[in-house]
Amino acid sequence: MTVPGPRASDEERAAQSERLRKVWENPRGWRYWTSVNNTQVGLWYASTAFIFLLFAGALALIMRAQLAWPDSDLVSADFYNQLFTLHGTVMMFLFAVPIFEAVAIFLLPPMIGARELPFPRLGAFGFWSFFLGGIFVCGSIFFDAAPSSGWFMYPPLATDEKLSGIGADIWLLGLSFIEVASIAAAVELIVGIMKCRAPGMRINLMPLFAWYLLIVAGMILFAFPPLIAGDILFEMQRMFDWPFFDPARGGDPLLWQHLFWIFGHPEVYIIFLPAIALLAMIVPTFSRRPIVGYSWIVLAAVGTGFLSFGLWVHHMFATGLPQISLAFFSAASEAVAIPTAVQIFVFIATMLAGRVILSTPMLFGAGGIAIFVIGGLTGVMVAIAPFDWQAHDTYFVVAHLHYVLIGGMLFPVAAGIYYYYPLIDAKRLSDTLGRIAFWLMFVGFNVTFFPMHLTGLLGMPRRVFTYPADLGWNFLNLVSSVGAYVFAFGVLIVVWDVLRPKHREPRAEQNPWNAGTLEWISEPEENWGVRSVPFVSSRYPLWEQPTLAREISEGRWYLPDAKEGRREGLVTSVLDARPEQVLRVGGTSKVTIVSAFSLGAVFIALTFKWWIAGAIAAFTCFCAILYWLWTGTAEIPEKPEKDVGVGLALPLYASGPSSVGWWAMFITMVGDSTAFASLIFGYFFYWTIHEDFTASSAGPGMMWPLVSAALFVFAWLATLAARHFNALERTAFVRAALIMALALTAVASAAGIAGPWLHAMNPTAHVYPAIVWVLVCWTVVHAAVGAAMIAYCLARSLAGRLTKTHDMDLRNVALYWHFLAITALITFFVIGLFPEAL
Amino acid sequence: MTLFVVMSFGAAAIWLAVVTVVCVAVRSQRRVVAEPAASRIILWGGAVFPTVTLFALLTYAFWLMPTLRPSPTFRDATDLRVEVTGRQYWWQVVYFHRGLKIAAANEIRLPVGRRIEFSLKSDDVIHSFWIPSLGGKMDMIPGRENRLSLMAQRTGVFRGACTEFCGTSHAFMSLTAVTMEPEAFDAWLASQAKASINVAGEGRALFLRHGCGSCHRVAGTQATGAAGPDLSHLGSRQMLAAGIVANTEDNIAGFIANPGAIKPGAAMPAFSMLAPQDIRAIAAWLKGLR
Repeated sequence: MTVPGPRASDEERAAQSERLRKVWENPRGWRYWTSVNNTQVGLWYASTAFIFLLFAGALALIMRAQLAWPDSDLVSADFYNQLFTLHGTVMMFLFAVPIFEAVAIFLLPPMIGARELPFPRLGAFGFWSFFLGGIFVCGSIFFDAAPSSGWFMYPPLATDEKLSGIGADIWLLGLSFIEVASIAAAVELIVGIMKCRAPGMRINLMPLFAWYLLIVAGMILFAFPPLIAGDILFEMQRMFDWPFFDPARGGDPLLWQHLFWIFGHPEVYIIFLPAIALLAMIVPTFSRRPIVGYSWIVLAAVGTGFLSFGLWVHHMFATGLPQISLAFFSAASEAVAIPTAVQIFVFIATMLAGRVILSTPMLFGAGGIAIFVIGGLTGVMVAIAPFDWQAHDTYFVVAHLHYVLIGGMLFPVAAGIYYYYPLIDAKRLSDTLGRIAFWLMFVGFNVTFFPMHLTGLLGMPRRVFTYPADLGWNFLNLVSSVGAYVFAFGVLIVVWDVLRPKHREPRAEQNPWNAGTLEWISEPEENWGVRSVPFVSSRYPLWEQPTLAREISEGRWYLPDAKEGRREGLVTSVLDARPEQVLRVGGTSKVTIVSAFSLGAVFIALTFKWWIAGAIAAFTCFCAILYWLWTGTAEIPEKPEKDVGVGLALPLYASGPSSVGWWAMFITMVGDSTAFASLIFGYFFYWTIHEDFTASSAGPGMMWPLVSAALFVFAWLATLAARHFNALERTAFVRAALIMALALTAVASAAGIAGPWLHAMNPTAHVYPAIVWVLVCWTVVHAAVGAAMIAYCLARSLAGRLTKTHDMDLRNVALYWHFLAITALITFFVIGLFPEAL
Repeated sequence: MTLFVVMSFGAAAIWLAVVTVVCVAVRSQRRVVAEPAASRIILWGGAVFPTVTLFALLTYAFWLMPTLRPSPTFRDATDLRVEVTGRQYWWQVVYFHRGLKIAAANEIRLPVGRRIEFSLKSDDVIHSFWIPSLGGKMDMIPGRENRLSLMAQRTGVFRGACTEFCGTSHAFMSLTAVTMEPEAFDAWLASQAKASINVAGEGRALFLRHGCGSCHRVAGTQATGAAGPDLSHLGSRQMLAAGIVANTEDNIAGFIANPGAIKPGAAMPAFSMLAPQDIRAIAAWLKGLR
C-alpha cells in the first residue's frame, strides 16, 4: 500500500505552489491565445463548437420557416439545398465530434489525475485547425458558395463541376483538414488514457468516461481514415478528372457510398458514446452510489464500438444490393441494439439501486434517454429492410436520426454543461433557468420531430425545399415548424444561463454535487490541474479514499513542486499504471498556431487551385513543423532522473514502447494504414464489379513494381541497421546506414513511379490506371515523409542529439518504417502481381 | 403494413415500459432494489429481452422479404417490362411489350393484378424511384441497372417521387402512376404505340421550325430528339413537368416560355423570345396530342 509523504511546512508548501503556478500560468495579453494548456484549449474548443451548433441551428430554423407552408418561396431551391447540406455537415463535423474532443481535452486530465495530456501542443494545433477549417466551411454560405449536395455528397451530383460548384471542394478540403485535427486529438486522447493515468489507477479502476473516450478515440482511428481515402479519390476526380466515380470510364458511384458509410455509421456512435459517457459520470453522482455493472457497461460500449463498423450497408438498402447482404446487415443493425440496451439498463439499475436526486443534469439526462429510446426503437424499425424501402430518405428517417442524435447527444451534453459548469468558473448555473430550458427543449423537440414520423409515412421525401398543398402534409409541417422555434428558445435559455454575468454570485463549493471522481478536486482558479498527482486505489476515489483530497491539496503526493521550472507529468504503464517516467510536456508556443494556419492555407489554396500560394503555404508548414519537432520534442534532460516525491525517483527520458512518442507514432500509423487499406479495398472493389478489370489497358508490368518493393525492403533494412549500430554506439556506421537508406528510398520511389509511367498509364482514361496511380502516389508520398524522417535523424546525429541512450527519434522513425515497408510491399505486390495472376 | 403495425405497437409498448421504469427510479427516494437484483435487471432488461425480441422480429422480416421483393426474372419476352430512367428532373419511361418499344415520360400506367417488372437506370446523377402506395423505393444509379417488381392491387392515381437528392429541383421531381383494369391498360398501350391522332395539328410546323424536335420526340413527325421527355402523347397525361403542375394549355405555354420559373435548374432553355401566339399554338397542339 502506497502512503502519502509527510506534510511539508507551510512556507515550503507556499513556495511549491508559487513555483507550480508560475510554470503552468497562462501568458497574458494577446499571447493568451498561444496557450496550450488543456483547460484553455478545451474551453476554446468547446465554445467554438457551440458557436457552430448555434449557427447550424439557425440554418435549421430558416429551413423550418420555409417548410411551414406549402409552395413557400421564402428561400430559393439552391439556397435551401445549401442550408440543409451545411446544417448536416456543421452539426456532424463541427459540433458533434469536436464537442466530444473539447470536453475530453478539458476533463480527461483532472479525471485521471494527470496534470496535462501528453502532447498539449498537438491539442492546441488540433484546435486551431478546427477553428480555421470550421470558419472556412461555415463562411462559404455568406458567399452563396456553400456545398449543396447533401452532407453525404453522393457522386456524380457532387463530382460534377457544373452541378455542385466550388462548394463541393470547400466541403472536401475543409473537412479533410478538420478530420486531420480529429485524428490528432484521437491520438492524443488514446495515449493520454493509456499512459498518463495517476499511479495505481489500473485499467479496471478508470472512470467510465475514460473508458468511453478510449473506445471512441479508437473508433475515430478506424472510421475517419476511410473517409479521408474517399476524399482523396473524390478530390482527384474533381481536380484532375481521375474517373473513380464515373461509370462511363469504369468508375462506380457506389464506392463512395461504401467508403462514406464505413465512416458514417461508426460516426453516429462516435457521437453517441461520449454523451453516454457523460451520463455514466452524472448518474452515479446523483444516485449517490457507484455504478451498478461496471464491467457490463464497459463491455457493452466495446461491443457497440465493434458492431458499429458492421452496419454501414443499412444506409444503402435501396441501392439494389443482393438480398443476402441486406439480410446480413439487417441482422447486424438489430444486434447493435443489444449492447445499447445494456448501457441504458445499467443506468436504470444504478438509479434503482440508489437514492436519486432529480437535479437539473439528471433531468436533462432522463429526458435525453426517453427521447433516445424512441430513436432507438425507430432505428430497429428502419433496420428491417422491407420497412426501410418505404421509410428510407423520407421524413421518417429525418425524425429517427434527430431522435437519436438530440436524445442521445444534445440532451446529455446539456446535462454535462449543467453538471460540469462549476469546474469552469467555480459558479453554478441556475436551476430554475435550467428546468425551464429543459421543458422548453423537451416539449419543443417532440413537437418538432414526432410529427415528422407521420409526414414521412405519408410520403414526404427528405431534402425537398417545398411541397404541394394537396398532399396532406401542411398541418404536420406547420406543427414541426412551431416546435422548432420553441426548441430553439429553450436552447437560447441555456446559452443565456451560461453567458449571463455571474461575478456577484458566491463561489460554488469545490465539489458541489458531492461526486466521487477526481476531476472535482481541480480548482478553476489554478492552471496546474492537480496540486500533486495522487495514488489511486478505487473507482470513486473521493468517496472511497476520504483523506485523498486533502492529501493532494497539501502536496503530499507525487510531483508537488516544479523546481526545474518545467511542466511535468507522470507516465505510467498501460494496464497497471505503475509510474515509469516523468514527462516534460511542451509549454506555451506560437508554433502550433503557425503550423495549423499554414496547413489550413494549403487546403484553402487547393480549394481555389492557387497552386503557388499552396506550395508556399506547404513549405511554411513543413518548416514550422520541423522547428516544432527540433525544439520541442525528444529533448535531452539535464539529468537522467528526478525525485518525484513519496520516495520515488523516475527517469526523465524514455524511448521505445514505454515512451508516449512511440505510442503516438504507432497509433497514428494504425490510422494511416486504415486509410491505405481503404484504397486497397477500392482496387479490389473495381475488380469485383468489372468482368475485365483492366479494361484491356496496359498495367504497370511486373518488373518495376517488384524492383521497387525490393528496394523499399532494403531501405527499411538500412534504417534498422542504423538503429542497431546506434545501440552499439557506432556513430559513423549509423550515419552511413542512414545515408544509404535515403539513397535507397529515392531509387525505390523512382522505380515505383517507373512502372505506371513507362507503361504510359493515363489516369484520366479509365479507373484502372487511376487506382494504380493513386496507390503508387500514396506510397511515394509516404516514402518522401520517411525520407524526411531519416534526414531528420541524420541531422540529429550530426548535432550530437542522437546517442545510445537518447535514441527516441531513431526508434520512432524505425517504427514508421515498419509500416512504410508493409505499405510498399502491399502496393507493389498488388499492382504488379495481381493483374498477372488473373 | 402488418410489419409496420407490429413494430409500431411493439415499439410503443417498449418505450412506455422503459420510461415508466426510469420515472420510478428517478422518483423514488429510497433504494428500490439491492445490487444483485439491479444486476439481474441489466441482464434481463438490457440483454435477454432485446435479444429475444429482435430475433423474433428478424425471423419474421426475413420470412417476409422474398415475398415483398421477389427477384425479377424477365423470363418471358412477351411480358411487359417497364424501363424507367431518372433524368434531372424527370422520368424517361419505356414500355417493352411483345417486341414493341413504347416511349413515354413522367407518367406510368400499370394494369391491376399483374406483376410488372421495372428496370431502373439513370443517365446523370443518382435518383430514387418510389411510388409509396405501390411499394418500396429503389435507387437509380448511373452505370448500374436496378430491378424491381410491383403489383398494383386497385385502380387509381398515385403520386410517386424521387427520394434521392438529385440537385436544385429535386423537390420538383415527382411522378404520376395510374393503375387501370388490364383490358383498359392493353387498349391504352396499343394506342400509345401509334402516333397521336391529332399529330397533324397546326402547331406542328412551329414546333419543328423552332427546333423543339432536337430534344423532344413526337411520334409521327420528324421530331426525334432524346434529350428531353417524349411528347408523343403529352396531352393524355394528368400532370406536367414531372408531376408539378396541372396539364393545361396555359401551363404548357408557361413552361415553354420559361421552364426555370416552374422548375429551377431544368435543362430546357427558356423560349421567351418566341412570339406569344407561336407559343400558344405549340401549346395547343401539344395539349391535343392524346
